[in-house]
Amino acid sequence: MNENVLWDLKADKVNGLAKQDKRVDQRALDEYRKIEITKNISENAEGSANVKLGLSEVVAGVKMILGEPYPDSPNKGTISVGTELLPLASEDFEVGPPRPEAIELARVVDRGIRESKTLDFKDLCIREGEKVWICFIDMYVLNNDGNLFDALGIAALSALLETKIPKVEDDKIVKGEYAGKLKLSRKPILSTFAKVGNKLFADPTLAEEKAQTARFSVSTSEDDYLCAFQKGVSGGFSGSEIDSCIEMAFKSSKEIRKQL
Amino acid sequence: MASKKDEKIEYVKNGKRLDGRKVDELRPLKIEVGVLDNADGSAYLEWGQNKVIAGVFGPKEALPKHTQDPYKARVKFIYRMACFSVPDRKNPRPARREIEISKVCSEALERAVFIERFPNSSIDVFVEILDSNAGSRAAALTAASVALADAGIPMRDLVASTGVGKAGGEIILDLNKAEEDAPDAVDIPIAIMPRTEEIVLLQMDGLMTKAEWKKAKELGIKGCKQVYEVQREALRKKYEAAEKPEAKKNPEAEKPKAEEKKTAAKKSEKVSK
Repeated sequence: MNENVLWDLKADKVNGLAKQDKRVDQRALDEYRKIEITKNISENAEGSANVKLGLSEVVAGVKMILGEPYPDSPNKGTISVGTELLPLASEDFEVGPPRPEAIELARVVDRGIRESKTLDFKDLCIREGEKVWICFIDMYVLNNDGNLFDALGIAALSALLETKIPKVEDDKIVKGEYAGKLKLSRKPILSTFAKVGNKLFADPTLAEEKAQTARFSVSTSEDDYLCAFQKGVSGGFSGSEIDSCIEMAFKSSKEIRKQL
Repeated sequence: MASKKDEKIEYVKNGKRLDGRKVDELRPLKIEVGVLDNADGSAYLEWGQNKVIAGVFGPKEALPKHTQDPYKARVKFIYRMACFSVPDRKNPRPARREIEISKVCSEALERAVFIERFPNSSIDVFVEILDSNAGSRAAALTAASVALADAGIPMRDLVASTGVGKAGGEIILDLNKAEEDAPDAVDIPIAIMPRTEEIVLLQMDGLMTKAEWKKAKELGIKGCKQVYEVQREALRKKYEAAEKPEAKKNPEAEKPKAEEKKTAAKKSEKVSK
C-alpha cells in the first residue's frame, strides 16, 4: 500500500512537469535514455544480448531448434517469441505462468520483427514439408524502470543479429559447429510513447508509465516502412497524436539503429 | 500455399473486390440487442461470416479483493473462440492471441465506460466467437460495447471497431480472410469513440508507408462510423419496442421479438456445446 502511495506521488510530479513540457530526468520529450548493448552474454545461446535502457535491463537469447513446418506453409520456418517478467526485476512481478502484460510484450516484439519481413522464413526451411528451423527468441526482464517494449525490441534484434545457424548432419544438430549466420534484411526498431496529460513522451520511465493515460508502440524500418502498431492502456489518442508518434519514431529509431 | 502466392491475384478489379465489395464497403453487419436472459446486457452480432455473442455482468464487486481499485471499476473483457469457429479445431485452452486481444479490448472499453463511478467494481464482458472469417476482434469489441449499453452501464460513447488494411497494394476496409492472406497484406484493427474520433484501439501488422497509413486511418474512421450507425440502430430498435407497451397488441411488432428469443436460445445452445 505504501508503495502505491509513493508511485502516486511520483506520477503527480510527472504530470505537473508535463504541463511545462518537462520531464523528471530533464530529458526532452522525444529523447531516449542511454542505451547500452552487450552482445553474446550466453555461450550456449546461438545469439544473445543484454540491453540496458536507462535503468531498465533485459536479456534476450536465441535457440535454433529443428522442427516440422506448419501444414499451411511447408517451405517456411518460423520464429517464436517469449517474455518472462522475472520476479527479481520488480516487486510487481510474481512467479507463475505469463500474465497478459508479459504476453502482450512478447507478441508486440514478435510482430515488430515478423512483419518487417527482416527474416525470410523460406531461408529457415531445410526440407520442404519436413524439416525447418524454429527460431526461439526468449527474453527475460531483469530490472524494470519502464519502456520494456523498446528494451526487449532492441534486445531481440541484437540477439538475432548475432545468431549463428547450427550445422546439421543427418537431420541432427552438430553441437558447437555452425553453418553461418542468420540473414536479416532489415533492422526494425520498436518505439514506444506515453501520453501524459496531452503530451507525448518517448521512452517512458516507470514513473511516467504510472502517469500515462495511453501508450502507443510503433515498429519502423530503415527503409521508411511502418511494420507494427500497438495501442495500450485505457486512454485514447487522436489521429494526429498517432501521426506525431510515428514521426518521432522514425527519427529516434535512426539513432538507435546506429548503436546496434 | 506457395503456388497460390506466386500467381497474381487482383484484389481490386474495376473498383470491385474478390467478394464484389467496393474498397470502402463493410461486409453485411447485423446486431441484435438483448439476446441472453441471464446476462445484465447482451448482443448478438453477425458481420460477414463472423458470428459473435456478448454478455455483460456487473458492475459487481471485483474479486479477488486485491484486484479492487478504490478509484475506479475495471472492465474485464474476455475474448474466446469456440473450438469449431476456425477451419482447424482450436485448442480450447486460451491462446496467447486471445489473451492479448482481451487485454487491448478491455483497455479500449475502459476509456468509454465511466469507470470512476464504480470504485472497487468489475464490469465483466464475455465474448464468444462462434464463427470467424477475419476481423473477429472488431466484431467482438463492437458487440461488447452494445452489450454494455444494453446493461445500462454509463458510457461516454459507444466503441465502434473495424478492420482496415492493404491487399494487393490497395487500401481496403474490413478485410476478409482471403484478403488478409495476401502476400503484402496489412491488417489494422481500429476502434474509436465516434463522437470525438478518439482512437481507443489500434494495432497493425504488415509493411506500409506513411502515406498508406494516412489513407487507411481515414478509411478506418469512416468505417467505424458506419458500424456506429448499425450499433445505434440496434439499440434504438430494442428500446423503441420497450417504450411502446401498446406495441404488444400489434402482431407486427411482436414478431421480431419472438424471433429474437428463438435465435438467442439457439445461440446459447451452441455455446454450451
